[in-house]
Amino acid sequence: MSDNAARDPASQDPIAVPAPPSAWRRAWDSDIAYSFRTSPMALISGVVATIIILAAVLAPWIAPYNPFDPGSLNLMDGFTPPMEPNAFTGNVYWLGTDNQGRDIFSTILYGARISLFVGFAAVIFAMVLGITLGLIAGYRGGWVDSLLMRVADVQLTFPSILLALLIFGIARGFIPPAYRETMAIWVLIVAIGLSDWVQYARVVRGATMVEKGKEYVQAARVIGRHPASILMRHILPNVMGPVLVIATIGLALAIIAEATLSFLGVGVPPTQPSLGTLIRIGQGFLFSGEWWILAFPSIALLALALSVNLLGDWLRDALNPRLR
Amino acid sequence: MLAYTIRRLLQSLIVMLVVALVAFSLFRFVGDPISSMVGQETTLAEREAMRDALGLNQPFPVQFFSYMGRVLQGDFGISYRLQQPVMELILSRLPATLELALISGFFAFVIGVSFGVYTALNRRGWLANAIMTTSLIGVSLPTFLIGVLLIWVFAVEFQVLPSFGRGDTVDIGWWRTGLLTPSGRVSLILPAITLGLYQLTLIMRLVRAEMLEVLRTDYIKFARARGLSNRAVHFGHALKNTLVPVITITGLQFGSIIAFSIITETVFQWPGVGALFINSVRFVDVPVMAAYLMLIALVFVVINLIVDLLYYAVDPRLRVESGGAKH
Amino acid sequence: MRKFLITASVLALAAGALPASAEAETLRWARVGDALTLDPHSQNEGPTHTLNHHIYETLVGRAVDGSLTPRLATEWGITEDDDTVWEFKIREGVTFHDGQELTAEDVVFSLDRARTPPSGMAALHAAVEEVTAVDDYTVHVKLSGPAPLYVQNLTNTFIMSKEWAEENDTTTAPNFAAGEESYSVRNTNGTGPYRLVSRDPEVRTVLEAFEGHWDEAPAVTEIIYTPIAEAATRVAALLSGEVDIVQDVPVQDIARLEGTDGISVVRGPENRNIFFSYDMTSETLASANVDDNPFAKPEVREAMALAVDRDAIRQVVMRGESDPSAAPLPPFVNGWTEEMHAYDAPDIERAIELMNEAGYEDGFSVDLHCPNDRYLNDEAICQALVGMLGRINMNVNLVSQSRSLHFPLIENWETDFYLLGWGVPTFDSQYVFDFLVHTREGSYGAFNGTRYSNEELDGKIEQLATMTDLEARDALIAEIWEEVMEDRIFLNIHNQVLAYAMRDGINLEVHPENQPRMTTVTFD
Repeated sequence: MSDNAARDPASQDPIAVPAPPSAWRRAWDSDIAYSFRTSPMALISGVVATIIILAAVLAPWIAPYNPFDPGSLNLMDGFTPPMEPNAFTGNVYWLGTDNQGRDIFSTILYGARISLFVGFAAVIFAMVLGITLGLIAGYRGGWVDSLLMRVADVQLTFPSILLALLIFGIARGFIPPAYRETMAIWVLIVAIGLSDWVQYARVVRGATMVEKGKEYVQAARVIGRHPASILMRHILPNVMGPVLVIATIGLALAIIAEATLSFLGVGVPPTQPSLGTLIRIGQGFLFSGEWWILAFPSIALLALALSVNLLGDWLRDALNPRLR
Repeated sequence: MLAYTIRRLLQSLIVMLVVALVAFSLFRFVGDPISSMVGQETTLAEREAMRDALGLNQPFPVQFFSYMGRVLQGDFGISYRLQQPVMELILSRLPATLELALISGFFAFVIGVSFGVYTALNRRGWLANAIMTTSLIGVSLPTFLIGVLLIWVFAVEFQVLPSFGRGDTVDIGWWRTGLLTPSGRVSLILPAITLGLYQLTLIMRLVRAEMLEVLRTDYIKFARARGLSNRAVHFGHALKNTLVPVITITGLQFGSIIAFSIITETVFQWPGVGALFINSVRFVDVPVMAAYLMLIALVFVVINLIVDLLYYAVDPRLRVESGGAKH
Repeated sequence: MRKFLITASVLALAAGALPASAEAETLRWARVGDALTLDPHSQNEGPTHTLNHHIYETLVGRAVDGSLTPRLATEWGITEDDDTVWEFKIREGVTFHDGQELTAEDVVFSLDRARTPPSGMAALHAAVEEVTAVDDYTVHVKLSGPAPLYVQNLTNTFIMSKEWAEENDTTTAPNFAAGEESYSVRNTNGTGPYRLVSRDPEVRTVLEAFEGHWDEAPAVTEIIYTPIAEAATRVAALLSGEVDIVQDVPVQDIARLEGTDGISVVRGPENRNIFFSYDMTSETLASANVDDNPFAKPEVREAMALAVDRDAIRQVVMRGESDPSAAPLPPFVNGWTEEMHAYDAPDIERAIELMNEAGYEDGFSVDLHCPNDRYLNDEAICQALVGMLGRINMNVNLVSQSRSLHFPLIENWETDFYLLGWGVPTFDSQYVFDFLVHTREGSYGAFNGTRYSNEELDGKIEQLATMTDLEARDALIAEIWEEVMEDRIFLNIHNQVLAYAMRDGINLEVHPENQPRMTTVTFD
């Protein structure tokens, strides 16, 4: 709100802003804040996502326990129901404990940290790779296009599980033992990112092929603009719509892909579980009565993924000037 | 058109070769087949002899080319795990996966496009918003959890739907179908929902986004100005124009449906190629893994080919482009 | 859309109308994995043997208490004049499913087929020199030396028809390298209580009672065997009444299933113990952050033993469904003693003292390799151990992975610290020593991941094989165990307990090798 107040005089003063503001700038200045204020869905999901992200980032300071320190765990605390004292130790935990005696609440915070990190990193990796290759393929056409799209075909052929296995295998050979523990996350990021870039590339390529035939791009080319500049300034903003759709789902998808991989036995070590690993562990207790081991991490994951998705939905509409 | 098709076919062949190469180089990383194949009493020398007999000790290029040589003659070898010809195994499992993928893909497409159009046309309506929000739940939980929860609710609590397998099947030639028996059809419901939910959401959101874009274009404004009915504008003009990216994504999604069926098939003990594949990975059944990947590659390549050709047919501007790209 | 919903609800009704339980004689049986093959000799693997035991028969059987029972052999023993020859009297009046009569020729053929590569059973018959038919119902097995326990190796070696095998060109076990499917993989002709009706690997195998079987007719007349890989789905299938017996019940679901109306659970000890072991011989460890080998120091091994809380693992990780023990062998195996079984209560203070004495005041870090799809709650056991060792300053990095990646690490000496489960099919300690204690050379020590090498002990172990004085032999076994326990080669956690869950009204006992026989099923 104060942002708006600060910007308002600037936008009304032609001297302070000599050049006409760019499309991005215009959208950001005027409507985003308004749209956010007036969309209850955006507000709620924004708040939820912010809380989860903040809680995850601040986990070491706000979590009552450190579930990633195995030495601090007492196995006898295992399977404590929420808000009830443990039958052996008498300890009470808000959301109960899991099969290793880890406090579920703390584990969710730490787990969300890992899930979010994997998600963001994988999406950024996939997006940068996919957009770059898609633009190049769509704009250059010819053999570059054919080559890149065939690479995409090959890549798409490999289910992410297999890709993860491959990268794990290679990493095992190259990474010294001391770093293997931390390696798992990076392997996941690369594996998920690599299995996702093609979507961006295909869409960006398709749109680029359509856009580059348009007069404005041809005009830019005629006046000698560098192709990279044309791509960045003219084509990229025009393909951001579909890309954002993919990226939105992509973040949630990456978080969930991580969970899926853990279900198939490839993922972060169980001693440092992500939300997905927690759910994978928890689903083993669906019929045994310890519902909280599955329920709370699932709710956390659902809340996170749903709010990120909804936020992305709103952002897409708000960023697209033609939809207003 | 013909030249374009031939060129694409040639490229597809190369893709298949590369897939085979990459697939083959993968196998040294998934584990040691021998340790899965022999009992614990087998001596190290016997293991080594077995490795030799299977050609696993040969240099990688030798293994690859001898494998490709056999594949070109149609011989995909014998499964290390189930001791049956690999092609026969895969062909016997393929109908289960294809039926599941097609049914879930079909419903995902139909419902996805309908919901997408509806939510785009009624952008501010409460129902549209409700659909948009609830559809997201399907992509905000991992597939395996959705599957397990569906089993819990519908198979265990209400006991209305089966929890595993394909039910009774009928053989039509080599094609074993579950669509002709009541138990086969009910068995399909939960896995199809599990598998299709994600695609449905994606298609719906994509259709909505594209529709909204198209509805803002001058082309639609002119159509309206010409006095065409809403119906004609929405479906004759707008929807038709959103279909290009939708076809791309849907086509690509069909491939990933098949890939994703690995999870669904595992959860529901669905006897398809996905479950076969994941069991083969666990056992390091190299011949089955290789053949499965080649098969998936083939499916993808065909889909890509079709998508590209459709693109070519749907968007006339591309014809100029691809013509121009030849020189 | 509307039409679809209607169809769906009609189908749902149809599903509700499915019979809740099938007829009493049909048994729908689910377990985690399928038999790999129906060939009787190709794979030495539990689930394969379990299914094949219904179609084929062995010379001797294994009862649920671990003792040997007559099956196709009515009598057996070492011949009086030559202690290297075993004599088997073959049951008369036994017919194969195709109607042929069983004779000694079939037994000779089968034993020869089983001991010839690429048979998976060959290792169990490595000492056999010759198998001969003395008359129509007597078989002699000549061994390279005295082998007082050879008959223990026969409980999973099936007898097939010579004529049938020759007719169908399957006189040796299937050869993977040849690249052709063997007829015996999907077709059977045994003497067992059930005949194969249909088989769709990993989907469904149907067996029906064989009327010409020599023994009394089983209560179960039809078996529908369906593997269900996912634990939750398997339990769900039992809860929803789609299967009658579930063999591999996750330990956490046992109590819940017991409390469910209409479902009962039986338990019994399995012939398998779960232990940790470590490289205690190399100069340095690949994954440790110290430049010596901590596991080589007796203090460290003792400290680890004191840090482990077996009762907590039983209570929490195994949900009370295990038999904690310090003895690295299951209780019904010859050589097991109460003393080996007993374990001390954890003593963290003393353990830290020992770590300090060994010179690891700041502890050390090391990788622990663990399978995550092989034993009951294997990964969770490893996780619990990581926590317990953390308290004595050992920083353990857990690497848990699929069995196909885990076991080669032990076979190739690529792990410093690992979990292993060990079953003893011969029910004798020698089997443990041969594979886990003896220096790795020739057929010895294949799973000796500790690199342990004790020449004197090796000599004693080799001696065991040919000792016919069973009393002296038992004394030697005790001697070897004393040294093995003294050196703390194994950090044993527990013996696995098996549980089968079934519909009420079905009775089946737990088999120690997890090979239940549906012939023993009775209905209330």
